[in-house]
Amino acid sequence: MAYSEKVVDHFNNPRNMGSFKKEEDGVGTGIVGAPECGDVMKLQIKVENDTIVDAKFKTFGCGSAIASSSLATEWLKGKTVEEAGKIKNTDIVQELNLPPVKIHCSVLAEDAIKAALADYQKKADSK
Amino acid sequence: MKFPIYLDNHSTTPMDPRVLESMLPYFTEKFGNAASRNHAFGWDAEEGVEAARKQIAKLIHADAKEIVFTSGATESNNLALKGVVEMYHEKGDHIITSSTEHRAVLDTAKSLEAKRGVKVTYLPVDKFGMVNPEDVRNAITDKTILISVMFANNEIGTINPVKAIGKIAKEKGILFHCDATQGVGKVPIDVQDMGIDLMSFSAHKIYGPKGVGALYVRKKNPRVRIAAQMDGGGHERGMRSGTLPVPLIVGFGKACRLCEQEMAADAARLSVMRDRLHATITKALEDVYLNGHPTERLPHNLNISFAYVEGESLLMGCKEIALSSGSACTSATLEPSYVLRALGVGAELAHSSIRFGLGRFTLDEEVDYAGKRIIETVTKLREMSPLYEMAKEGIDLKSVQWAAH
Repeated sequence: MAYSEKVVDHFNNPRNMGSFKKEEDGVGTGIVGAPECGDVMKLQIKVENDTIVDAKFKTFGCGSAIASSSLATEWLKGKTVEEAGKIKNTDIVQELNLPPVKIHCSVLAEDAIKAALADYQKKADSK
Repeated sequence: MKFPIYLDNHSTTPMDPRVLESMLPYFTEKFGNAASRNHAFGWDAEEGVEAARKQIAKLIHADAKEIVFTSGATESNNLALKGVVEMYHEKGDHIITSSTEHRAVLDTAKSLEAKRGVKVTYLPVDKFGMVNPEDVRNAITDKTILISVMFANNEIGTINPVKAIGKIAKEKGILFHCDATQGVGKVPIDVQDMGIDLMSFSAHKIYGPKGVGALYVRKKNPRVRIAAQMDGGGHERGMRSGTLPVPLIVGFGKACRLCEQEMAADAARLSVMRDRLHATITKALEDVYLNGHPTERLPHNLNISFAYVEGESLLMGCKEIALSSGSACTSATLEPSYVLRALGVGAELAHSSIRFGLGRFTLDEEVDYAGKRIIETVTKLREMSPLYEMAKEGIDLKSVQWAAH
């Protein structure tokens, strides 16, 4: 299967690849997927004054999964927590030109965003 | 070095130029129908076909009359299983096969179960992918009419104890079919010595043309009969009708002749290359697992799982090299390799597997380059992998509650 140029670009030059310390203040971590299914995404956000100032990812999965999470970190930066919650998997599909068999990669990225936001919220609420 | 590099020789092989050369006259001057008995065009074509039949038979120690031409190994497998079931249905309705067979055997068996009420035993394999001959013996009932076990597996290269299975089949008077698509021309095969009654193979896996294959059908001790699955002019002793693709058959013959002459040297050279590739990779990377048998495997096959890295992304990372993966993402079914799963390889490692298939035209420098690029790409993707990070932190990945999706 041929990949879109954007997928190849994100795969070859992943944006914001790496990790924050989970326990760090303002950091929300979402880990979704399962190794048996062939993809696991870890997406992290760093929030200051309700704005996502930084985001990082690590992904085990195919090229489209890596590209979806890389793109997600790019989009998350600069957004408020509320805006971030509105990112839809269909936006990712459109931006990366994902074929139907790869739509689950974008779903996983949306799930990862939601999980990271929920983790951040939970940490903020428990303070 | 020329790019891309081809290391997917289990899938298909480039045609040997000597094969192409042998075929060319049969497209133009010698274009006759091998079944035309009353003019020189037909005689020329027939002569080409019969010479090829001899070359093919010789490679597997059969008689030329025992070779039935088909369109390829898939058709040969269909013809063997369906043809035997139809011919011997009064004798019994039970087939024994193994769980790691090619889909052309497995799906044919499933179709026979569904459409003809045939009972099929799918034997398990050991952790190296090998069928235990004693399991074959124990599965035999008084209704068993056919044992179908592959010679060597197309993914992991494990070579089955075919001779031992053939011996059991003879003892019990049951026909033995062997899908030898991956073995013929790569390792010595002797249908007499191995007790094989029917054997499928094809030309394009042995540097011959695509679109032609053969089914070996034993003529004596016992005389095997199969019901034709294609009705028509009664070609191939009535077992497979259809005008013979003469150029393809001539090429198939030449390919077999070349294998007979060069198989030993090819195997020796490729196994050294393969072992060096394996050693280079295991030396540079941790958590790398060999799939298949350590010694009883095809000389040109290497199948490795790279933990924490998904196979398709690995292929994408070194896309100037043609390889294949057992990852779900590279399969039409979106399931990871059923062959690796049958060996007891976990789904996560099945997703991480890469198959290297070396061939007659593979160069040392190509294999060295592939090794280097695989190591680089695995290293890069592991840096990107949350699983690798967790493993480095000492987290047991099996203890994690994953949200399956």
